[in-house]
Amino acid sequence: MIQNPPNLGIDLDPVRHPEGCRPGIDCDTWLIRGARVIDPNNQLDTCTDVYIADGLIVGMGAAPAAFVLEQAQQVDAQGQWLIPGVIDTWARLREPGQEHKATIATETLAAVASGITTLCIPPDTDPVLDTVAVARFIKRRAQLAGRARVVAIGALTQGLKGELLAEMAELTEGGCVAISNAHYPVRDLRLLRRALEYAATFDILVVIQPEDPSLAKWGCAHEGIIATRLGLPGIPVSAETAPLAQLLAIIAETGARIHINNLSSRAAVRLIEQAKSEGLPVTASVSAHHLWLSEMDTDTLCGNTHVQPPLRSLRDRDALRSALADGTIDCVISDHQPHESDAKLAPFPATEPGISGLETLLPLVLKLVDDGLLTLERALDALTRRPADLFGLTNSGRIELGARADLALINPDTLWTLDETTLQSAGRDTPFFGWDFRHQTTATWVNGKQVFFRADGPVMSQ
Amino acid sequence: MAVNFVRPLIPKLATDPWAIQFDAAGHLKHLLTIEGLGSTWITRILDTAEGFMSVSDRDIKKVPLLRGRTVVNLFFEASTRTRTTFELAAKRLSADVLNINLSTSATTKGESLLDTLRNIEAMQADMFVVRHEQSGAAHFIARHAAPHVSVLNAGDGWHAHPTQALLDAFTIRRIKGEFAPLRIAIVGDVKHSRVARSQIHAFNSLNVGELRVIGPRTLIPNDIEPLGVRVYHDMRAGLKDVDIIIMLRLQRERMESGLLPSEQEFYRLYGLTEEKLKWAKPDAIVMHPGPANRGVEIESRVADGPQSVILQQVSNGIGVRMAVMALCMSAES
Repeated sequence: MIQNPPNLGIDLDPVRHPEGCRPGIDCDTWLIRGARVIDPNNQLDTCTDVYIADGLIVGMGAAPAAFVLEQAQQVDAQGQWLIPGVIDTWARLREPGQEHKATIATETLAAVASGITTLCIPPDTDPVLDTVAVARFIKRRAQLAGRARVVAIGALTQGLKGELLAEMAELTEGGCVAISNAHYPVRDLRLLRRALEYAATFDILVVIQPEDPSLAKWGCAHEGIIATRLGLPGIPVSAETAPLAQLLAIIAETGARIHINNLSSRAAVRLIEQAKSEGLPVTASVSAHHLWLSEMDTDTLCGNTHVQPPLRSLRDRDALRSALADGTIDCVISDHQPHESDAKLAPFPATEPGISGLETLLPLVLKLVDDGLLTLERALDALTRRPADLFGLTNSGRIELGARADLALINPDTLWTLDETTLQSAGRDTPFFGWDFRHQTTATWVNGKQVFFRADGPVMSQ
Repeated sequence: MAVNFVRPLIPKLATDPWAIQFDAAGHLKHLLTIEGLGSTWITRILDTAEGFMSVSDRDIKKVPLLRGRTVVNLFFEASTRTRTTFELAAKRLSADVLNINLSTSATTKGESLLDTLRNIEAMQADMFVVRHEQSGAAHFIARHAAPHVSVLNAGDGWHAHPTQALLDAFTIRRIKGEFAPLRIAIVGDVKHSRVARSQIHAFNSLNVGELRVIGPRTLIPNDIEPLGVRVYHDMRAGLKDVDIIIMLRLQRERMESGLLPSEQEFYRLYGLTEEKLKWAKPDAIVMHPGPANRGVEIESRVADGPQSVILQQVSNGIGVRMAVMALCMSAES
């Protein structure tokens, strides 16, 4: 059990309170009236009332016996969607170690303002997330911020150096939902094989982002016509597929549960498809920006399309879209990497890769639904139930009696534009400024507490 | 002569960074890349350069076009030829010239490119001539420089070296006249060459008959055909019926990174010797953006031979750079 820390005399709640938002109301009994409640995995798509108490969903339709209506905050949510809160399994919050870019407080607010209730953070923090102490620190900071739930992904190797195994059993006992070497390679294949074997012993999920450091060396853009034309050092598709094929060969022997993070190419999708058809315990994710952008969006005037893995061809993008639709790709991540503005103020190859992605994760995926490229069921599954099941968040990502009340209320028909005023994240590095979206989060609950609501959103009454 | 040749099929980017080369009135303000100039602007620059060529032959080699203006040569990468010809061009236009060699100073002290830029801007410069090792650096500087400043790209990473391509086009036009009947071959390390990229755009804009690149697969980038070139890996086939041979400089680090086994093997296969020169048309000319590695990509007897126009390229470079400076500086006035 994690205790609140003593007051160390430091600013423990540096949360910005942007206009239209305010901190949560300290109430844990809620009645959300009349929303279209959607949870595809429970075949649920109906307008009904949802009762929340003690952090759980305690009733749907009719009030449960013990529910005291007079004590409940009521929300009139007619015309809105109530969905399970989004689970983003790969988001960097920059704390600890890079607080000049962002903090847990700023980024968890950005998350709940865009329907995300759980964030899994990769282990490439500073210090590296290879001890339970760091995992606890992160959890404590998230509790103090009081917004989204934050869970840690522990390190696969000590210091992410790819030399010695991290204490993965202890890390998972200490609350880590998976382990990973982030984007750092494990060059020694024997060590990688042993790491996977060891993880398999305890049925620990291993998240791997396949990128061969030598094939990707100096590269900053997809090796293709645009990189050739702009003179940008290229990253070939084989930088992704070569290590992925090696990994799949090892998984066939070790049987560890592997989640391939952040796919970028059509060829990698094919490898995943084949591995799945052979029954290997492999799942995969794609970032929301890879579903919308391609090398054609490379803008040398601005580093906001410099991401890792790179934005590839339109064919690759379309393959990622259809793989998400047919379930070959299981989940969508934000791959959130907030940066200070200086990190992107340089010639394209010299900018730091990564974009601020939290606030466009849900809107971009729902935009695919609007365009008829994805069913609403698959879209919500990929953002909620599927990641919850993969990362062992067994009571999250669903709307059913007894489930954790992590919920997002979405206005499905409000035109809004992402711009400097609507973006909450401390990282302003998004290529989606100026994009129009239709779905906007109006309120968010985590653990039965309202952690966000938009002033022009649902009507509140008591 | 009719040549069956595919014109470039360059897909349009979501945002065209080259658009910032022009001011609101559509006049050339920065020269960052050949892309977007079209034959009209290229021809205008070449015609203007023709007018400036006589200045170098006068007793007093100066015209007062840029009197009172300050041109700053911002070189983040070592260069002798390009920097001195830019300097000479600015001086012949009567500008004040400041040379700043940054490859060893500010940026190694952790100063950002933007900080450096702001500091030099504070010295009331009117034009930056920029060379930088990163592709896109000149665009970056043009975007962030004060509104009155013109930026000329003197080479950015592997991306562009537009004045080099213009002076090559100028040299070819002086010798051969028309571009349409010509076959041009660019030989060597195309992959890492900003010169080759700018030449490809320039020659295609000028409707050259056929454009070829010749080299081993490691030195020819993927997907280069859509830029409007034919790829040859065999020197003899590639040089057949060619009017212009452009040899590119081969950097020594290419051997270390496994792109080539040795200089000797490269020279044997692709180095321009007197014997290989015979595979091209008898009146073919030989060009090189310099500095040439004799015995690596070109034989001395060819570099100094009657078909070589390498030194003409250098002197033409001054006139072309004067033209570019004069045109860009006339935009804002």
